[in-house]
Amino acid sequence: MNAGVLQVGGELIASRRAGAYHHLTLVAPGVAELAAPGQFVALAVGGATSATLLRRCFSIHRVTPSGTYGGTVDVVVAARGAGTRWLTSLRVHDPVDVVGPLGRPFPLPTEPVPCVLVGGGYGSAPLFWLAEVLRERGCPVEMVLGAASEDRLFGVLQARRSADGVTVTTDDGSAGHRGWVSDVLGDVVDRLGAGVVYACGPMGMLRSVTEVASAHGAVAQVAVEESMACGIGVCMTCVLPVRGGDGVTRMVRSCVGGPVFRGDRVRWDAIGDGVTRVPEDALGAPHPGGH
Amino acid sequence: MVDMRTVLAGTTLPNPVMTASGCAANGTELNRFFPVAELGAFVTKTVMRDPRSGRPTPRMAETPSGMLNSIGLQGPGIDAFCEHDLPWLEQQGARVVVSVAGNTAEEFGEVVQRLVGSPAWGCVVGVEANISCPNVANRGLVFACDPVSSERVVRIVRARVPAEVPVLAKLTPDVTDIVTIAGAALGAGADALTMVNTLLGIVIDTDLLRPRLAGVTGGLSGPAIRPVAVRAIWQVTAAMRSGTLPTAPVVGVGGVRTGTDALELVAAGASAVQVGTATFNDPSAPRRVLTELEAEAARHGVERFADLVGIAHERMVRP
Ligand SMILES: Cc1cc2nc3c(=O)[nH]c(=O)nc-3n(C[C@H](O)[C@H](O)[C@H](O)COP(=O)(O)OP(=O)(O)OC[C@H]3O[C@@H](n4cnc5c(N)ncnc54)[C@H](O)[C@@H]3O)c2cc1C
Ligand SMILES: Cc1cc2nc3c(=O)[nH]c(=O)nc-3n(C[C@H](O)[C@H](O)[C@H](O)COP(=O)(O)O)c2cc1C
Ligand code: FES
Repeated sequence: MNAGVLQVGGELIASRRAGAYHHLTLVAPGVAELAAPGQFVALAVGGATSATLLRRCFSIHRVTPSGTYGGTVDVVVAARGAGTRWLTSLRVHDPVDVVGPLGRPFPLPTEPVPCVLVGGGYGSAPLFWLAEVLRERGCPVEMVLGAASEDRLFGVLQARRSADGVTVTTDDGSAGHRGWVSDVLGDVVDRLGAGVVYACGPMGMLRSVTEVASAHGAVAQVAVEESMACGIGVCMTCVLPVRGGDGVTRMVRSCVGGPVFRGDRVRWDAIGDGVTRVPEDALGAPHPGGH
Repeated sequence: MVDMRTVLAGTTLPNPVMTASGCAANGTELNRFFPVAELGAFVTKTVMRDPRSGRPTPRMAETPSGMLNSIGLQGPGIDAFCEHDLPWLEQQGARVVVSVAGNTAEEFGEVVQRLVGSPAWGCVVGVEANISCPNVANRGLVFACDPVSSERVVRIVRARVPAEVPVLAKLTPDVTDIVTIAGAALGAGADALTMVNTLLGIVIDTDLLRPRLAGVTGGLSGPAIRPVAVRAIWQVTAAMRSGTLPTAPVVGVGGVRTGTDALELVAAGASAVQVGTATFNDPSAPRRVLTELEAEAARHGVERFADLVGIAHERMVRP
């Protein structure tokens, strides 16, 4: 059945450190051929009898359709909890079960408009591939990469190859400008006359990227990262409030409706403190005296 | 080849494996991994009368061999369900068990009435009343925690569903005596019982020192709860076998990840088995469990799957 998504028994063929992160290459036949920038894979962790049942989701960094090993998929993993630590401690040739590609990719402009790509921490992972696809379509591309500190930046060297210009920011000033990506973004958008800003990173960053892009006349396309239990659209854990084309706010599954959304459609007013509330005007929101 | 057919109160299903409500959405997503029509039945996400946004997020927390969820019955409402979801399932040739709920007993009735009027009603092989949800008219107490509320809902649902289609009552294990609730549901006309829904739990985030779920409490599911499901099925089946409860088929659910897991529920008394949380780990889990259960039945040398239902009650070694 070809339904745009596959579940394959993959194999790790390369694992290397990249600053604070691990860059993994997985053989996942078929997945690479179907994928587009902005989509993600859901990896099972802990082996076949694992007590850690939920899959871990990672943006697709790169794909190589049918290389020496069959198609490969690269991901960039920050070791945090049990699942990501398991993945980063795997050895070459260990099996990894892969489901993907999942989600909606970054929409591409029909005209060759200038674009700015903004990545926070490992959020830059999907942007290099996106930059190459955009440049093939004639779009001038600049990148803005930000992180807390230099070791948490991912891909600054790659960015210099993939984009026409790169600006780096760190919170502590250990590399590039001291400060946030949103501090420098407005100038880059203006200088380039950018029509679209693509962004991937923490929610707070996506919100300010959206605000800056709107203020400077560009459309923001942001890839969100919500906690996901299934990644394939069956559990309803990954929702966030998004205003539709009809003006109605709905709690939308970010794994199938996203992870890429137009920034100005996301109800940032409902998101904060690690909690996403249901806006009172959302479709089917609870009202006093019952649901 | 083992005959895998199973009978649910008059309806014969080609095999005993189903999805679990809320763990498979309404079919389109899983159909990308296996044809949902191959399952004995497809159980839809609980649908209510009106569209519902569900709860704030985080809605989930992973736990050892399981998870906690507090979705809050997010859904499109029964009219959109009848217009989009049910016709799609019918087109696939799926046999559908529709899970329904209401904020009040009367609302269950309204949902069922609109469902029965749907042009795609023909694919429905059962209506599962999810009585493990809060009763707004009774201070939010879960219907299935109270025999009187359980009975009222089941009576209303049974009255509105045409006689040839079975009504299943889905019970929560969070009660002192599940046999009493099972008795109330069967007394009100339920044709079968689905056991079990999730167990209430809380996870604390030890960095933030606050509950991890925005809704504070959530339902525990996954392999961690399998012994609870087996126990509930066992107690109700034992009561049926001893004559204290009327005999009716039990649909087992809770912690099934493999065919062997499914066989545990079957041996305790389940005539069919639903696969829930395991689907998040393996999108093909319901289909794979069917293949594995078939192999288990063959390994035990039975000709018919039905011969395994409740078999553990006959094999106890009396001390
Ligand atoms: C679309 C998408 C793309 C992502 N891309 C990347 C990436 O390129 N690189 C990277 O390092 N991380 C990425 N993440 C985040 C990554 O999925 C989590 O860091 C990871 O799941 C945490 O697993 P754990 O076992 O370390 O943590 P645990 O806390 O043990 O995880 C427990 C559960 O919560 C979920 N979870 C916890 N934190 C997150 C989170 N931040 N986002 C989503 N689910 C979470 C896990 O999936 C798991 O089900 C992405 C998340 C999403 C949704
Ligand atoms: C995310 C999630 C959503 C659920 N939604 C529903 C629901 O809408 N209606 C219902 O009757 N049960 C719902 N359940 C409960 C399951 O159908 C099942 O009874 C329970 O999870 C135990 O089975 P499992 O261990 O195989 O998951 C849900 C469970 C989960 C994990
Ligand atoms: S993660 Fe399950 S629906 Fe999105």
